Amino acid sequence: MRAPDLLRFAAGALSGHRLRTLLSVAGVGVGVAAVVSLTALGEGARQYVVNEFTSLGSNLLIVMPGRVETTGSIPFGGVTHDLTLEDFQALVGRIYLIRSAAPLAVGSETLRHGDLGRTIPILGTTASYAEVRHLEMASGSFLPRRDPEEAGNEIVLGTKVARELFGGENPLGKLVRMGVWRFRVVGVAAPKGRSLLGFDMDDAAFVPVRTVMQAFDRRTLFRILLEVRSRGEMEQAKREVVRLLAERHHTQDVTVITQDAVLSAFSAILNALTLALAGIAAISLAVAGVGIMNVMLVSVSERRAEVGLLKALGATDGQVLAAFLAEASLLTGAGGLAGLGAGLAAVKILTAVYPAFPASPPAWAVGASLAVSVLVGLTFGLWPAYRATRLDPVNALMRR
Amino acid sequence: MILLEEVWRTFQVGEAEVGALKGISLAIRRGDHVALVGPSGSGKSTLLHILGCLDRPTRGRYLFEERDTGSLSELERSALRQSRIGFVFQFFHLLSRLTAAGNVELPMMFAGVAPEERRTRAQEALRSVGLAHRAKHRPDQLSGGERQRVAIARAVVMGPSLLLADEPTGNLDRASSREVMELLERMNADGLTLVVVTHDPDIARRARRVIRLSDGTMEEEAP
Ligand SMILES: Nc1ncnc2c1ncn2[C@@H]1O[C@H](COP(=O)(O)OP(=O)(O)O)[C@@H](O)[C@H]1O
Ligand SMILES: [Mg+2]
Repeated sequence: MRAPDLLRFAAGALSGHRLRTLLSVAGVGVGVAAVVSLTALGEGARQYVVNEFTSLGSNLLIVMPGRVETTGSIPFGGVTHDLTLEDFQALVGRIYLIRSAAPLAVGSETLRHGDLGRTIPILGTTASYAEVRHLEMASGSFLPRRDPEEAGNEIVLGTKVARELFGGENPLGKLVRMGVWRFRVVGVAAPKGRSLLGFDMDDAAFVPVRTVMQAFDRRTLFRILLEVRSRGEMEQAKREVVRLLAERHHTQDVTVITQDAVLSAFSAILNALTLALAGIAAISLAVAGVGIMNVMLVSVSERRAEVGLLKALGATDGQVLAAFLAEASLLTGAGGLAGLGAGLAAVKILTAVYPAFPASPPAWAVGASLAVSVLVGLTFGLWPAYRATRLDPVNALMRR
Repeated sequence: MILLEEVWRTFQVGEAEVGALKGISLAIRRGDHVALVGPSGSGKSTLLHILGCLDRPTRGRYLFEERDTGSLSELERSALRQSRIGFVFQFFHLLSRLTAAGNVELPMMFAGVAPEERRTRAQEALRSVGLAHRAKHRPDQLSGGERQRVAIARAVVMGPSLLLADEPTGNLDRASSREVMELLERMNADGLTLVVVTHDPDIARRARRVIRLSDGTMEEEAP
């Protein structure tokens, strides 16, 4: 028997029960749509986090004050030293594995231009920050290069800040006020979005690090960002940074995190989340499969006479089996396609509503949900189809 | 062509054993026309199913075209039903979702005949039963007599040597019955071996041989 004939025969049998067929297809469709959209959500979450980390710059070490490692004991007395500009200078000067480095000091203040004002994080850093963070400029330039110990009156605005304070006006060269301080706008950063450091980079402004420390009376840095020369040297660089700072502070009281470590931890968690979501969705597929089995059992017992006839006409048990399996997998295959369409549409809607969220079903989920839906048909259709082959043709034909 | 030796068929009904056939021995020559008669429950259908390889004797031997069917696998028996044996039933057993032509094509489809050839052969078979103009009609658009003729076209489209008909006119009026019987007889005249179960003495009388079953045993009536 030819495969197209088999499929046409099965499709013909299904078209005799349109409502039943439609409902079975819908059942599988819901299952597949669930798989597609839920894995898209999970994958989207993972992708989102990965993007955020990558936007931090690739070979990045982040130094922060305080120990968060669980190993080792807290030093007696528990003295924690602050991270200072001198620490930053020492790192830059002594560790040759570092390509570039930027300190980060943070305050929050209202920035004013004319009548307009906006309270935002003020990030104090140096010219290197643009390299370390791969920051693009929308216009103008980033902070000028100079000794980190020197204050300055330059300011770089996030896109949102520039829009809020200046509207359509070009902010370059204009003055903005922050309390008693006056700044001249030298650049506007390109849109970047929220960073994992916790700031919305579009809704912040950059000024020289010394200026922030003076304006907010800070002696300590919030973070030190280090870009290591190459990926292979990350671990060594990290060890050297820890050793140098321990030496300077006479105790090990800083935490250095690599992007990789955090990223892979997050990635693993979110992969597990995706799999869990897929598992939940798979349950609905299994439920749909049981529905298919039910429908096929009804179909077989309704068509006893037909099965008997096919056997009388010389159809083999294998052909009868194939005919009913084809029917079941057509049902679930169609359900798979419908569900895929619905799932992708749902994802489209989601991304239309939340454009920042990169939800897209992973390719494996798309392929697998189609393969699995056909497989569900074959698996759950097998027993009913087998029952059809076991029908005694004489009984099946005579009882009408 | 057909040789039955001491064929028994018993059915297990609960505790009891029911003997549907009790030692039937029978030889049918190629091209013969045999009528099976007898009261209801006498074993006519059971005998026909055994002849058609749809059922197996409990005991005894059945040789079809010189082959012992008892030693054949299910696959080989399917092959016999597919190409050597045609069935016609009292209740037609047409698939209501298929057209007349589609029903006639069924056995060819399971035999793997190419679609083009199927179509021409189905059309040819329908023409031979006088229903070429009904090819596109579904069974519910056909009269009883027409349906039975479609079923006959389906039974012979694979070119069998044996045609088995179980009360083929049992559901038809007199005029349709006559048409159907004339059709079967014409095919018999062309060389097809014909075994017909019937209740109708007029139909039985037209057969070359009449075999009367009663309670699972047979006797042949003098011509
Ligand atoms: N599958 C079966 N199970 C039990 N008894 C059966 C079965 N098929 C037929 N019989 C019995 O065998 C006998 C012959 O039946 P059948 O061949 O159908 O008779 P007929 O066709 O002459 O009316 C009857 O007594 C019937 O009840
Ligand atoms: Mg009968």
